Amino acid sequence: MTATLNTPSSIADDTEDAAPRRSFYATHETTIIGTISVVAFLFFWEYAVAQKWVNALFTSSPLRIITAGSAMVKEGTIWQDLATSGIEFGLGFGLATIIGVPLGILMGWYRRLNAVLEPFVNALYATPRIALLPLIVIWFGIDLGSKVAIVFLSTVFPILVNTMVGIRTVDRDFIKVARSFGASDRQLFMTVALPSTVPFLLTGLRLGLGHALIGIVVGEMYGATSGIGYMMAVAGATFQTDRVMVGIIVIAASGMIMTQMLKMIEMRFEKWRVDSRG
Amino acid sequence: MSIAPTPKMQARGLRIGFYNERIKKRLNVLDGIDLSVAEGELVCIVGPSGCGKSTFLGAVDGLTRIDGGDVLIDGHAVTTTGPDRAMVFQHDSLFPWRTVLQNVVYGIEIQNSMSKADMNDRGRQLVELVGLKGFEDHFPHELSGGMRQRVNIARALAPDPELLLLDEPFAALDAQTREFMQVELLKILNRAKKTALFITHQIDEAIFLSNRVAVFSARPARVKEIVEIDLPKERSLALKHETRFRDLQAYIWRLIEEESARTGLVTAS
Repeated sequence: MTATLNTPSSIADDTEDAAPRRSFYATHETTIIGTISVVAFLFFWEYAVAQKWVNALFTSSPLRIITAGSAMVKEGTIWQDLATSGIEFGLGFGLATIIGVPLGILMGWYRRLNAVLEPFVNALYATPRIALLPLIVIWFGIDLGSKVAIVFLSTVFPILVNTMVGIRTVDRDFIKVARSFGASDRQLFMTVALPSTVPFLLTGLRLGLGHALIGIVVGEMYGATSGIGYMMAVAGATFQTDRVMVGIIVIAASGMIMTQMLKMIEMRFEKWRVDSRG
Repeated sequence: MSIAPTPKMQARGLRIGFYNERIKKRLNVLDGIDLSVAEGELVCIVGPSGCGKSTFLGAVDGLTRIDGGDVLIDGHAVTTTGPDRAMVFQHDSLFPWRTVLQNVVYGIEIQNSMSKADMNDRGRQLVELVGLKGFEDHFPHELSGGMRQRVNIARALAPDPELLLLDEPFAALDAQTREFMQVELLKILNRAKKTALFITHQIDEAIFLSNRVAVFSARPARVKEIVEIDLPKERSLALKHETRFRDLQAYIWRLIEEESARTGLVTAS
């Protein structure tokens, strides 16, 4: 055993042996197949419209969506809508993080505070927050305020609840180790509770992200004067299917980009995890 | 006035009980433990399962509340945890988000007793002491069970405690690794010049490591007998095959068996 211990290079050798030289196709097979499948689908869609198998008024088509998209960029309206939705998202999500994380930590740490707040958190977490929209519009009007409020409400609970669970499920053995070294409550919190909660917190943020996007779109469709959701509602009411499709793509893309960004942050913070995420 | 030096650790009539929620009764776990450990000595504690060995160690560390009697470290009664003692737990419980070096210096960081540079120097020394030089920046999940236990021991040694408390540290290791670790532990403790209390279920491990073995009775535990291990000071694994070693093993086994029989926990021998 001592022999293997003194040769740390053996570990590096192992990993190199485990990844023998493979062809470009073999290493990227999933991506290649995925790309081909998407391209084929787009071609089929365009072709089906060109052959009048389906009515473009309902289904639109890839080329029509591109045309509509570039027209909207030229008009400049899409930037206005994107800015509105982006600000709503940023404010709501930021506020939810600033309030949800500390409150989740406090509720996880102090049993009494948890007893006071838990009934409300549970009730609101179980309610679809969208159901509160009429109330929110009465309170905050149809401008920025109501959308920030709905994004906040959609996001704050997943963040809060996950953070709380993270604090509460700290491994008892870790607490014993810290106590044995004479750690104070504050040190126990900083060196054990907080770091072991980070993965839960990031999961909460990722769940919150999805809820936030739903909140924005529905909120803007319900009552607004600009924003991606508002643009889609107007385009839909006037049968501009191409523009509705542009809206869908914008929202899907922003969701995917932001999820990917959070995943990268997770990787950065959780490189110690034994996870097999590839 | 006695001429004998003050023992490093002395338990006098130590009693500890717990209230059991399920049977609504108070259970006595330790019923007057008397045990002393001299400076530089390694004493192992063996006894039937569930007899309160870990509770005893917890009390010496200052983690468990004492109901009666006391524990003295260098003649001073223990009331709480202190930098003069350190515990090595059975589960290595290394913080997975800290590297080997960061784990090793954890105790120093908590006790805030050194500058950052000194702390890291000390950490590196200990990583080397336990034979893990080169692994300072690895994360625990990249290490084997034996290596993790080495880190665990280094972490306990880092704040330079005078008394090391080991609670079945090798129980989770396979038989072969365990034997290597026993030899390594003796080397490490020799080099670091520490006094140690070691709990184990393995009688051969107890004999191999100790100067004396304390056999606890079944719960509520008392010290049934203290067995002097009159084996040469230099221990090697070959010792385990000698007659004297086997005799001691059989003798201690009989003591534990008697105790298990009292509580109806007899195991096939």
